[in-house]
Amino acid sequence: MIEDLINKLKGEIIRELEMENMTPEELDPEAPLFGEGGLGLDSIDVLELVVLLEQNYGLKIQASKEGREIFYSIRTIAEYIRAHQKE
Amino acid sequence: MRTQADPFPSKMELLITRYVKLQDGRVWLNGIVEYVSELGSANELFRSVYRHYRTDYPKFFKMDNLCKLAFLSAEILLRGTDVLQKYPAEQIGIILENASSSLEYDQKHLESVRDRDKYFPSPSVFVYTIPNIMVAEIAIRHQMKGENAVFISEQFDPELIDHYVSELFRNQRVSCCLSGWVECYRDHYQSFLFIIEEKDKIKRCKGVQEYVTLNILNVERLFKGKPI
Repeated sequence: MIEDLINKLKGEIIRELEMENMTPEELDPEAPLFGEGGLGLDSIDVLELVVLLEQNYGLKIQASKEGREIFYSIRTIAEYIRAHQKE
Repeated sequence: MRTQADPFPSKMELLITRYVKLQDGRVWLNGIVEYVSELGSANELFRSVYRHYRTDYPKFFKMDNLCKLAFLSAEILLRGTDVLQKYPAEQIGIILENASSSLEYDQKHLESVRDRDKYFPSPSVFVYTIPNIMVAEIAIRHQMKGENAVFISEQFDPELIDHYVSELFRNQRVSCCLSGWVECYRDHYQSFLFIIEEKDKIKRCKGVQEYVTLNILNVERLFKGKPI
């Protein structure tokens, strides 16, 4: 279930990005991760997410254009993991 | 050699207009204890100070302890002052010292790259493997764009600060400067941060304590909590 994966990702993101002031319930899986109105992550955070995908899911993000689509929201990350782990 | 045409004043009186200390679970502002905590670890204490001063800056939680300490010290120091409005951003400097540089995160980074089979260096750890990042965190928060530097010294060196900052003022590179000592390694932490301004540019308010002249002896006495 993708919802289970989203919940797992929320915990990993809070831990890895040290978002100590947030709970998984507060993280909207549809919200943009970057920019105004979103979670306000920065360029260091995106590098941390790249490492997270490689370390925890064995997925390497190669192209920055691809990365923009994958890292749009927590749901798009989960969808990418689900699609590529089946391969 | 100085000439009559030299535009730089050879002598200007610089004052310490406000100072803050964080040490041993206490926060002092201008020599008066403002906050006391019994929390043991540096990280727990910094988070409690953050909450006590009702700070709203989520990025704080991602900082290493050195930056948390520098950030909080600047936050408490600048609150209620008008220095950010009074001086152009390019004229506000930040000159700091410490002993351990960024050693705690240097070691953390080293651990993450030591094993070639589990080689996952963390970008958010790596970014703190330089002590100047504490200056950057203060500068970003308060939009300060003036001269800045971090000096590594075994002990707090008031002479270096007095000479370096005085020279910045004399050469008109700054009109205001945050300066002092921000040291943190594991649970040992100590900060002493102060604002330096030119006497001629300060309007003394009624009821405000006497400001302290910037010189080596006074800086050392304030650092040690001794009366001037």
